[in-house]
Amino acid sequence: MNTNYRQIPMPVRYGINTVLLLVLCGGLVALSAAGVLSNYYTSVLVLAGINIILTVSLNVATGYLGQLPLGHAGFMAVGAYAGGIFMKATPLADLVRKGNLVEGIPYIVVALILSGVVAAIFGIIIGVPALRLKGDYLAIITLGFGEIIRVVLTNIDSVLGFELTYGASGLKRIPMISTLAVILVCVVLTCLVIHMIMKSRHGRAILSIRENEIAAESCGINTTYYKVMAFTLSAFFAGIAGCLYAGYLGSLYPNTFGFMKSIEILVMVVLGGMGSMLGSILSATILTILPQALQEFSDYRMVVYSLVLILVMIFRPKGLMGTYDFSMSRLLETIWNKLSPADTNRKGGQPS
Amino acid sequence: MSTPNRPRTKLVPMPSTNMLPERDIDKYPVLECRNLGIDFGGLSAVKEFNIAIGRTEIAGLIGPNGAGKTTVFNLLTRVYKPTRGSVLLNGQDTANMTTAQVNQAGIARTFQNIRLFKDLTVMDNILIGMHNSMRYNLVSSILRLPKYWLEEKTSRERALELLSIFDMESTANHIAGSLPYGAQRRLEIVRALATNPSLLLLDEPAAGMNPSETAELMENIVKIRDTFGIAILLIEHDMNLVMGICEGIAVLNFGQVIAKGTPDEINSNPAVIEAYLGKKKEA
Repeated sequence: MNTNYRQIPMPVRYGINTVLLLVLCGGLVALSAAGVLSNYYTSVLVLAGINIILTVSLNVATGYLGQLPLGHAGFMAVGAYAGGIFMKATPLADLVRKGNLVEGIPYIVVALILSGVVAAIFGIIIGVPALRLKGDYLAIITLGFGEIIRVVLTNIDSVLGFELTYGASGLKRIPMISTLAVILVCVVLTCLVIHMIMKSRHGRAILSIRENEIAAESCGINTTYYKVMAFTLSAFFAGIAGCLYAGYLGSLYPNTFGFMKSIEILVMVVLGGMGSMLGSILSATILTILPQALQEFSDYRMVVYSLVLILVMIFRPKGLMGTYDFSMSRLLETIWNKLSPADTNRKGGQPS
Repeated sequence: MSTPNRPRTKLVPMPSTNMLPERDIDKYPVLECRNLGIDFGGLSAVKEFNIAIGRTEIAGLIGPNGAGKTTVFNLLTRVYKPTRGSVLLNGQDTANMTTAQVNQAGIARTFQNIRLFKDLTVMDNILIGMHNSMRYNLVSSILRLPKYWLEEKTSRERALELLSIFDMESTANHIAGSLPYGAQRRLEIVRALATNPSLLLLDEPAAGMNPSETAELMENIVKIRDTFGIAILLIEHDMNLVMGICEGIAVLNFGQVIAKGTPDEINSNPAVIEAYLGKKKEA
């Protein structure tokens, strides 16, 4: 360790990051409110935000834990329907119609947490048996789960005689809660919570399973517990993304959450780089905006999309970012140390 | 096979016919195997394995290739479930434990083919070893409560201390997979020590090392035993190392213990010589 390397104290780091985030998010919301960003651009941003949450959460299971689940859309669907049904039952719809979203915040928070929790419960139910398997087998069992969810959502009403999901005709008139501000807050919180967990003993335990399961076990790590935990965490945030998706579309159809949706999210994770949060954020943003930007060339849209994927996989097989993760504080520290060489000796790393 | 400064620890029998170093006889043995055995299909890979290891003993397990040495390690750490017999760790039967629980109960190990967390830093590798000595929960880590900072800080300091055994503090922020081979082997030992074991299992710690590195390793193994006051069981093919530092040695051939005793006894045991060099022709 370079003993002449000076570090920014943690409170200052948090301060800098908070200010930067507030400026960025506040700026986007202000631009959107002032009409500089048209409604269309705002809605693309909202969609990008939802995709970021989905990608970052799937990254926990693929990038950090090193498994390959293909049922992420299933968890998203569970969260979307749980949140959608709950929000329809609350006075949120009236509040949204009056444009009075502030008073609806408690309902929104409860809806988000509820959909996360319901998805997480499904995560545990699926995770406990599925995580005994590895690789292809895990992929197939989770793929099956995703399809089961879709089929159940389509048929459960006519089988049980409820009017809950409204089957293939769709769950309609869900309050449109997914404004840019709500999305940005959720994106920031998702990334923050996952980052905080990954930089703790629990996160390291998850990483150790990806790196070498046998060694992890002989280091005293309860691998089953941490596999299920990572999987559940991944499902929890997928559920939240689902709830936001419901609040963005206003109506839900089971077919939205088919196999291709899971693949779409997986592509974003792989393209960004497995195990890199920055990569997930970038690729989710790019892959949401790219198809929209290419709409004028709609005939060639899918060609360009696939070309981009192929080129990235040829030239950056580990994804755009590999496992690299960006740290504002690290960048500032490097600049700071270059500009004024330190004279004090410091020893010992600080947890970040 | 001659080392001038061989340990001359006297081994004395326990009630169960296992032997312990004289200085450890008053205490519980850290590990005792009773008639341990495992079958793979029709093949008995390990049969009737009896051994006791004293609190502060450096013990050796040797034998020709394929004798079942690593299988014994896998039985002790419960990577394999034994078909017969029992393992007592600090007097406690490990029969119903998982590999992780055995580690928490006090056995740490290294691997013959290095198994580091290659893409993580040296520091992270050791911190993963300390996983169970930190106790803060998920909420503390998400909210970064004081408990988190305190435990992370003390763990990092202790990790640097452990690295200093091998003078490796300067590599703390390097990626483990980028270290040279010898350093990776040493890091594996440090990671094992980080789990606070009472018994350290080393699987061929000197493999691929040159004579001067091996000599340094020998000193370090003794140093680790003395500073941490733990027992060490090692598998090794390098006879200078085994004869130089092991106090009690067990020789395994075709899954069966063919000899047990001090280095001197092993060295002159006809069964051992036969296992290694083959039968002497009648002249």
